[in-house]
Amino acid sequence: MIRVILPPHLRTLAQVRGDVELEVGRPVTQRSVLDALEVRYPMLRGTIRDHYTQQRRPFLRFFACEEDLSHESPDAPLPDAVASGAEPLIILGAIAGG
Amino acid sequence: MSKVRVLVGTRKGAFVLTSDGKRDKWSVSGPHFAGWEIYHVKGSPADPNRLYASQSSGWFGQVIQRSNDGGLTWEPVGNKFAYDGVPGTHQWYDGTPHPWEFKRVWHLEPSLTDPETIYAGVEDAAFFRSTDGGKNWEELSGLRGHGSGPKWQPGAGGMCLHTIILDPSDPRRIFIAISAAGAFRTDDAGKTWKPINQGLRSAQIPDPTAEVGHCVHHIAMHPSRPGVLFMQKHWDVMRSDNAGDSWTEVSGNLPTDFGFAIDVHAHEPETIYVVPIKSDGEHFPPEGKLRVYRSRSGGNEWEALTKGLPQQDCYVNVLRDAMAVDSLDKCGVYFGTTGGQVYASADSGDSWAPIVRDLPAVLSVEVQTLP
Repeated sequence: MIRVILPPHLRTLAQVRGDVELEVGRPVTQRSVLDALEVRYPMLRGTIRDHYTQQRRPFLRFFACEEDLSHESPDAPLPDAVASGAEPLIILGAIAGG
Repeated sequence: MSKVRVLVGTRKGAFVLTSDGKRDKWSVSGPHFAGWEIYHVKGSPADPNRLYASQSSGWFGQVIQRSNDGGLTWEPVGNKFAYDGVPGTHQWYDGTPHPWEFKRVWHLEPSLTDPETIYAGVEDAAFFRSTDGGKNWEELSGLRGHGSGPKWQPGAGGMCLHTIILDPSDPRRIFIAISAAGAFRTDDAGKTWKPINQGLRSAQIPDPTAEVGHCVHHIAMHPSRPGVLFMQKHWDVMRSDNAGDSWTEVSGNLPTDFGFAIDVHAHEPETIYVVPIKSDGEHFPPEGKLRVYRSRSGGNEWEALTKGLPQQDCYVNVLRDAMAVDSLDKCGVYFGTTGGQVYASADSGDSWAPIVRDLPAVLSVEVQTLP
């Protein structure tokens, strides 16, 4: 089971509390996790990545295992600790604005 | 007794203000969608409990919310706004070509007859329609494909389609306005469009009387006279008596003819309201006095309405979609400020009182008159 931590505004939008747990097939990548997330919560489509280009929205970041994975390929395997569920994939808003 | 529901969009959420027909005691609900920019909230004339809201954020993009119970509960619907075909380019601020990019929905205009049909005006300027209650959106690309699109340029707030007016006497006729392209009209339900800017004069563009390029801030119409339009342009208050084919200036004795908001009295088609703002460089009322100006003659002769409004040290702005009227016997007039106040008048503007004083900056105000 993959664990995903959403930023508070997206938790509110998706009406979830705490971590999201998802079944994701192998290999576990940013793309496969986000695909599963958007199937479970269709209202999140377009809020994390662009509808068409599938690129990460500029002010969002993907962290895991104390690493910034935002600039990794969406098809690169996520760390084993994320794939095993030991560590969450953290989606968070960049510090910007007021 | 009739009720009034005021729908307020702000920089940090939506608020629903309700009162009975006396309009002296109000209840405040919100913030809905706290922390998000709510550019516009509007109810369906065909089903007043069906509301639509444009929710957006620099982090998370665009969401459209829908309510079926007058704003008590909401559900997100479709947020996929795809330009039809290859979007092409418009002019950037420096005059260079810039690709069309969707940024946000500025204005939502529900159909007059069908709660499931709604129009959206977006930035970068384009006109969209949904016929399934906001789940799916299609661009009516005849507007952007009009031919003048490559000449359109953003105003300071972005290249936004901010005004949509549906003609109650002719479902095929729609008026829209874009900053800074100007006003356009379709007579075939959005297939083809013509610019309706003849008579506008804008010193800020190379050809002051060009067909397109004018920074129209807002347009208002009385439903009983759909051929008569009133416009607050960047500078100048204008009037058209032929559905936009030509315009004449009616700024008259206003202290400044810069401003954003304009609206028409619910029962007196020649009574109009504006909020003069000092200038494009100083977005606040002249002399620090917040004054609504009313003309009972369709323009040119204006009177200041000040009772109950701050007359010193007031430096707020009133944005283009932040004024509305109700349709009770004694017409109510409402406007919101960038300082977070929403003012109401239950006597056609003669006197004012704040409904709320400390909301986030107000982006839009709409009013529903309910049985």
